[in-house]
Amino acid sequence: MERKVLLAENQPELGSALRKALGMTPADVAFEVRDAKLQGRGGAGFPAGVKWVLAGGASGDRKYVVCNADEGEPGTFKDRVLLEKYADRLIEGMALGGYAIGSDQGYIYLRAEYPYLVPVIEKAAAEMRRKNLLGANILGSGFSFDIELRMGAGAYVCGEETALLESMEGRRGEPRNKPPFPVNAGYLNKPTIVNNVETFCAVPHIILNGAEWFIGLGEGGDSGTKLFSISGDVERPGVYELAMGSSIGELLDLAGARDVQAVQVGGASGRTIKKGDSARVLSFRDLPPGGSVIVFDSSRDMLEVLENFMEFFVHESCGQCTPCREGNARLLHAVTALREGDVCCQECLQPFIDLCDVMAVSSKCGLGQTAGNCFRDMVGGFVELPLECNCEGGDS
Amino acid sequence: MPGINLKVNGKDIMVREGVTVLEACRQSGIDIPTLCHHPDISTAGNCRVCVVEVDGSRTLMPACITPITPNMVVHTDSPKVRKSRKAVLELILASHNSNCPECVRNKNCELQELAERYCLTDNPFQTMDKPESFIEVSPGVVRDESRCIMCTRCVRTCEELQSVAVIKPMERSNHVYIGTFQDMGLSEVPCTQCGQCINRCPTGALYERSEIGEVLAAIEDPDKFVVVQTAPAVRVGIGEALGLPTDHNTGQMAAALRRLGFNRVLDTDFSADLTIMEEGHELLFRLKKALVDKEPVALPMFTSCSPGWIKFIEHKHSALLPNLSSCKSPQQMFGALAKTYLAEKEGVDPSKVVSVSIMPCTAKKFEKDRPEMRDSGYQDVDYVLTTRELARMIKMAGLRFDRLPEEPFDRFMGESTGAAAIFGATGGVMEAALRTAYEVVTGSEVPFPGLNICAVRGMEGIKEADIPMPSKMAPGWEFLAGATLKVAIAHGLANADKLMRMVESGEASYHFIEIMACPGGCIGGGGQPIPTDMEHRLARMKAIYAEDERLPLRKSHENPEIQMIYAEYLEKPLGHRSHKLLHTTYKARGRT
Repeated sequence: MERKVLLAENQPELGSALRKALGMTPADVAFEVRDAKLQGRGGAGFPAGVKWVLAGGASGDRKYVVCNADEGEPGTFKDRVLLEKYADRLIEGMALGGYAIGSDQGYIYLRAEYPYLVPVIEKAAAEMRRKNLLGANILGSGFSFDIELRMGAGAYVCGEETALLESMEGRRGEPRNKPPFPVNAGYLNKPTIVNNVETFCAVPHIILNGAEWFIGLGEGGDSGTKLFSISGDVERPGVYELAMGSSIGELLDLAGARDVQAVQVGGASGRTIKKGDSARVLSFRDLPPGGSVIVFDSSRDMLEVLENFMEFFVHESCGQCTPCREGNARLLHAVTALREGDVCCQECLQPFIDLCDVMAVSSKCGLGQTAGNCFRDMVGGFVELPLECNCEGGDS
Repeated sequence: MPGINLKVNGKDIMVREGVTVLEACRQSGIDIPTLCHHPDISTAGNCRVCVVEVDGSRTLMPACITPITPNMVVHTDSPKVRKSRKAVLELILASHNSNCPECVRNKNCELQELAERYCLTDNPFQTMDKPESFIEVSPGVVRDESRCIMCTRCVRTCEELQSVAVIKPMERSNHVYIGTFQDMGLSEVPCTQCGQCINRCPTGALYERSEIGEVLAAIEDPDKFVVVQTAPAVRVGIGEALGLPTDHNTGQMAAALRRLGFNRVLDTDFSADLTIMEEGHELLFRLKKALVDKEPVALPMFTSCSPGWIKFIEHKHSALLPNLSSCKSPQQMFGALAKTYLAEKEGVDPSKVVSVSIMPCTAKKFEKDRPEMRDSGYQDVDYVLTTRELARMIKMAGLRFDRLPEEPFDRFMGESTGAAAIFGATGGVMEAALRTAYEVVTGSEVPFPGLNICAVRGMEGIKEADIPMPSKMAPGWEFLAGATLKVAIAHGLANADKLMRMVESGEASYHFIEIMACPGGCIGGGGQPIPTDMEHRLARMKAIYAEDERLPLRKSHENPEIQMIYAEYLEKPLGHRSHKLLHTTYKARGRT
């Protein structure tokens, strides 16, 4: 297993980043994260530091720090590792966020399927409070910050930050309209930063070592390291920490992938690449890496895989906006028809490929916007149909 | 005021800051289709029909929620927009029960209109059967889930305008539906039956429970004596429902009802005047009890004409039920008298009288079935039709409404004053009550030019006014000399809710409060023509006040038929017979 920074054996002393930050201005802490070009590790890749700077500058009598620990993308389990082993680093990262934006309250929104992590996180928080790294008047600085846990209820869409906030406020987990963005009007309508577990975990390292150091960890212009959970047809599934911008081939080699037919990068909502694409790069420049990498060998029926993914989206769409609510169901019908040989030609399939484009540009949130990716990639890469329609007139 | 420049479809336009792309475009004469948008309620941005292309934006943007920014470049009809809009509409239609000819909203449906506009004739997404009708019936409101397009306009209406919030999206994805608490249905939850959801439904997923068939059968029955009453707001809605101008339809409406075969065409405006007599005196009685007799009495007193409001307070603020006027609504006063006084006057057997009312309201359909409403010895009101249902009956009968002569109402319960007409608009009951009560206690007319009490009029959600009493009072009312009568008015149940909280907390110290369940009052009722929005409510309100100005008598106590019914039958306001026939009781209802 590759352990470069976040998973390194030797971790810096707990609280040392916080101690350093408390000697800086809050704005400088936010600027440091921004300058490190830390892109959101949940999968959307939005620059975390930009959120922090905006939330720091937003007006509000209270502000909130929310950690998105609703790790729900199929094939992702890297946040689980961080929560299990480095919950204290995560909380330190959140406290740094609190200091940077002027918030005294953080929340960890924990995936419904991870209840066994509750005592682990509570214990880490208690230990930090004991060391005066959390709670009132942290390290005598006058800065106070504490956290609470909030449990998710199992909806995939609540990993979308505004649906997560709706859920936290006790409402149906449905994405909000943007603008306003959470940095201006988030939890309880107050300025809020919502960041992924891994994003917060990276922050103490950035504060201790500086933005330049973090940028230097990446490859090809990317910044920092990234955790990947790799599963499927590999000899050594697990979590690997690689430089952001590494090639997919490097990861596949580490995990021992053999006889690769396809690789799903970024979970069900991510992109599907074929054998021979191993030079492609794990980066928001190329294959947006949420954390999930699933390998399919040549024995796999990719249409079956696709059907499974589409069933997932049909199950998990919140049902609010038309393209996602209705579109996913139609795509699933099309996959089923393909599997049963009921689609005669490319021409008859085309409306559904076009539908993926429509969903991508007209759905309300990331779920609907990306749900068509796997359909487009898998149908485009693994299905061959005659171009011309021969169903007109009928043959039966 | 400085404006913001933007470019729409290659044309420079300037609009004021803070508007959305949709508003900016519509102001500039560029139409963008919408389905989940309604001007009365918050924006949801969920149907995605209004998407437009904005230069620099990765995705299309929903015009209804996207604020304009300086130098924005917008394309409302680019190939990308057209492709998305068409696909979104096809997706909606694919799971919509498009049985248009069999739908109550045929030719008055926003989805149908868009389907026509975008020529959606060959739907590639019809990968499964269309849903079949799935109907849930409550006393006033019917829902057909198969026609629901999940725009959530009803949900937002129920919550934002009415503070009722009994309908919510349930389940998710394509299994999502609008449902009630534990799927109990509208009859079993604190739904007020106001029908505001119907007025905002873009399709035929919500409509009134129709009683046209029963009414036609009663008219057909030679053994029945069918009397009809028409509420004040119907006369400013019926024209609109028939595609005609809003104003001056009272005479034609009476003529149409006569041609439909009703034996007597009478007027709820008559019983609105009667309500003023009873309710005005009840207020004075309560004030006297409080101020002179020093007895405990519930004040402020609330009006009780609006059945949606009654059901709302019974569910949500039942501790305040003693504050409700015990007066029945004008519809129910009329019903009780139709089978007693009128039957006697007309010399017909009351068991043969069928009493029908035409109302701007769906809650009236619930109200008439209340067990309390049988004081005549029979069900006081047998059938309630909405303004929309009356329009349907007129069309069915082949009547050319605009060519009908203006006819008067029939006698005994057909005469009315301007005070009754304005019952249809928010503040109207208050104004009518003040015109009479002030005169009772002072012996002179209300001191406002032309009897128009402008402070209680208009569309503001909660209105209040102070009415100072003169130093010289009529005999018996000297205790009110120099006092100030404090009144308030709320319309739309969200405003009523707010006002009730102020009363409960003691923050508000009024004597008399008028509440109407529907925004704008009955003119915006759940049985009125669709669309109902601010533009239409204002037009109807204008027509109502014009009706008031037009009438020779404008104070309820001057109505000769009111004077006659007191002289011959009721004796005096709050008298023995009034108590039996015109007053009622309320009951606390559950909150879930």
